[in-house]
Amino acid sequence: MSDRIREKLNILADAAKYDVSCSSSGGTRKNDNKGLGNSHVSGICHTYTEDGRCVSLLKILLTNHCIYDCLFCVSRKSNDIKRAAFTVDEVVDLTMNFYRRNYIEGLFLSSGIFKNADFTMERLLLVVKKLRLEQNYNGYIHLKTIPGASDELIKEAGLYADRMSINLEMPTEAGLKLLAPEKNHADVIKPLDFVQKQITQFSADKKLIKHIPKFVPAGQSTQMVIGATPESDKDIMYTANAFYRNFSLKRVYYSGYVPISNDSRMPVLGTQPPLLRENRLYQTDWLMRFYGFKVQEILNDANPNLDVDIDPKLSWAIRNMQHFPVDINQADYRMILRIPGIGVMSAQKIVQARKFGKLRIDQLKKIGIAYNKAKHFIICADSPYQLKDYQGTQIKAFILAESKSKYLKTDNNQMLLF
Amino acid sequence: MIYIFDGSLPGLLTAVFEWFERKPGKVVLKSIEMFQPEAFAESFTVITDAAKADRVWTGLQKKLTKASLRKFYCSYLSEIPEAYNHLFQFSVYIFKHAAGADSNYGNEHVMALAKYAKSVEREKHRMEAFIRFQKTGDGLFYASIDPDFNVLPIISSHFKNRYADQQWVIYDLKRKYGLHYNLETVSEITIGFAEGINKQKPAPGLMDENEALYATLWKDYFKSANIVARKNTKLHVQHVPKRYWKYLTEKIDV
Ligand code: SF4
Repeated sequence: MSDRIREKLNILADAAKYDVSCSSSGGTRKNDNKGLGNSHVSGICHTYTEDGRCVSLLKILLTNHCIYDCLFCVSRKSNDIKRAAFTVDEVVDLTMNFYRRNYIEGLFLSSGIFKNADFTMERLLLVVKKLRLEQNYNGYIHLKTIPGASDELIKEAGLYADRMSINLEMPTEAGLKLLAPEKNHADVIKPLDFVQKQITQFSADKKLIKHIPKFVPAGQSTQMVIGATPESDKDIMYTANAFYRNFSLKRVYYSGYVPISNDSRMPVLGTQPPLLRENRLYQTDWLMRFYGFKVQEILNDANPNLDVDIDPKLSWAIRNMQHFPVDINQADYRMILRIPGIGVMSAQKIVQARKFGKLRIDQLKKIGIAYNKAKHFIICADSPYQLKDYQGTQIKAFILAESKSKYLKTDNNQMLLF
Repeated sequence: MIYIFDGSLPGLLTAVFEWFERKPGKVVLKSIEMFQPEAFAESFTVITDAAKADRVWTGLQKKLTKASLRKFYCSYLSEIPEAYNHLFQFSVYIFKHAAGADSNYGNEHVMALAKYAKSVEREKHRMEAFIRFQKTGDGLFYASIDPDFNVLPIISSHFKNRYADQQWVIYDLKRKYGLHYNLETVSEITIGFAEGINKQKPAPGLMDENEALYATLWKDYFKSANIVARKNTKLHVQHVPKRYWKYLTEKIDV
């Protein structure tokens, strides 16, 4: 018995790991029935894999049997691999026991499509219902929507899941058609749109009736594989931007393609996954969501791809030197946020602290800004007198010279940078 | 002038009270543990007084935002000798100025507290992440820790809310006390360990029959979730510093 469950877990965790979403944030579920678990506002990473990715959820497939043949996917029909399937109870058991030991924040359940979409979706629904109704489980649940599943099933699942997601897979329709001829973006858009409308509906009802259940309280997310097809960074981020706007997505994930197939339409096996590019895309995503940048400011026809050697915020600043230097003691919060080397936390501290007097360099350093980077873009109370204006390109050279290795070897996707 | 206190929070607050009573000018606060008599410095021993401490605490509550009060408490839990003095100077500074002074990050004590609090909050967050319960033979979930700072008081509610339907114990091996949740309330406990027992990982005979299986499944899962092509040991160690590995079921060989 224990050998069989070990084998299943190995196969079905292995097949699920290419889905990069690990976030357990945004949940609001409370443990008010004295059951097990609750949501932590920002989610907790309980451990990190050896490639440095956060592990917070038990991320598994219900099964890796699949009737489709998407080229970028390890579970595709034509791939010669071991197949396995969990029973509903096995998934419930694993989740409960891992959760009780503080291994995980919750469950991320996805599945290959066996028989048909509804048949698969029904099984997924059974798992979440058992957890919530029989086990009093209030931990996080992220459920994959199966493309093509009926509205009723999706709607019911939304009553129990914290987050639902459905992957765009490729940033453009053309890219998707190339690698998964049976799929199209419309199949993804339909359920995203449906769930979004339900969320809006439920929250409208909630204002009128008190005890309305929560519907997908942590919202929806999606994922795009990058580097498998030839889209530019601009294509990718414009798609992301449109999906953030149209479906109020909580997150878009960018997953650097890890070669798993010998097909001539794909990067060959053994090619390094584009980790640095992935990192730059996440940085751009952050600039859009937390730093008030419009995607068009960062990527446009003149600059269709992100710089590799410097981060997109620095890159924007260097192209727009007319906005600098910014006076730390005068400028708008919005503008302070745009200074390279100053993050959201530091920007907030600066705006607070300057009420008590003009800030000096040593205070800025204590507040935690990356002064060596920021100094080219700011003036504060005791800025040294600058004889001449440097060009953007010169500044870039200074910064690169000072911190070369750091800039050329950033390959994490957990944002720590600006 | 050196003020010496007993290391307790009420003691520290009493010291603030005494300073305003006496106004002795510049003072450095030290805990009795750290105090070494200096030939030329005058010293004054603060006698902890609950009523005085209460008055100072109420005063701080009025003057500080909730977030600043939390930073104050966390800095105290850091148990760092210099932190005590910063807390003392910070309090004096706060009472001398109008409300709102706690957001002056240009002030060295405000900044120092922010830093201590950040380290303590980080340790708290790590404990919430890295604690691994083991289910014992009588159904209790047990975990031992030895955190850098005294974080038990600030992790208690997290575990109580989350694990409401199971009995658990979290034991601080360094400070020799722990928390026990009995399905109703959390209380502070000490444990008399039997001679020769492994406090980190009690013998399998004492554990639930399925404990080993779930530990193995978790280890398997950890291995499967890794993507070899993306290996990045530097980043891995940055997120999970080696000193925490001993907690982690997935990092300990059976
Ligand atoms: S339908 Fe999903 S599981 Fe099946 S091959 Fe395509 S991506 Fe993989």
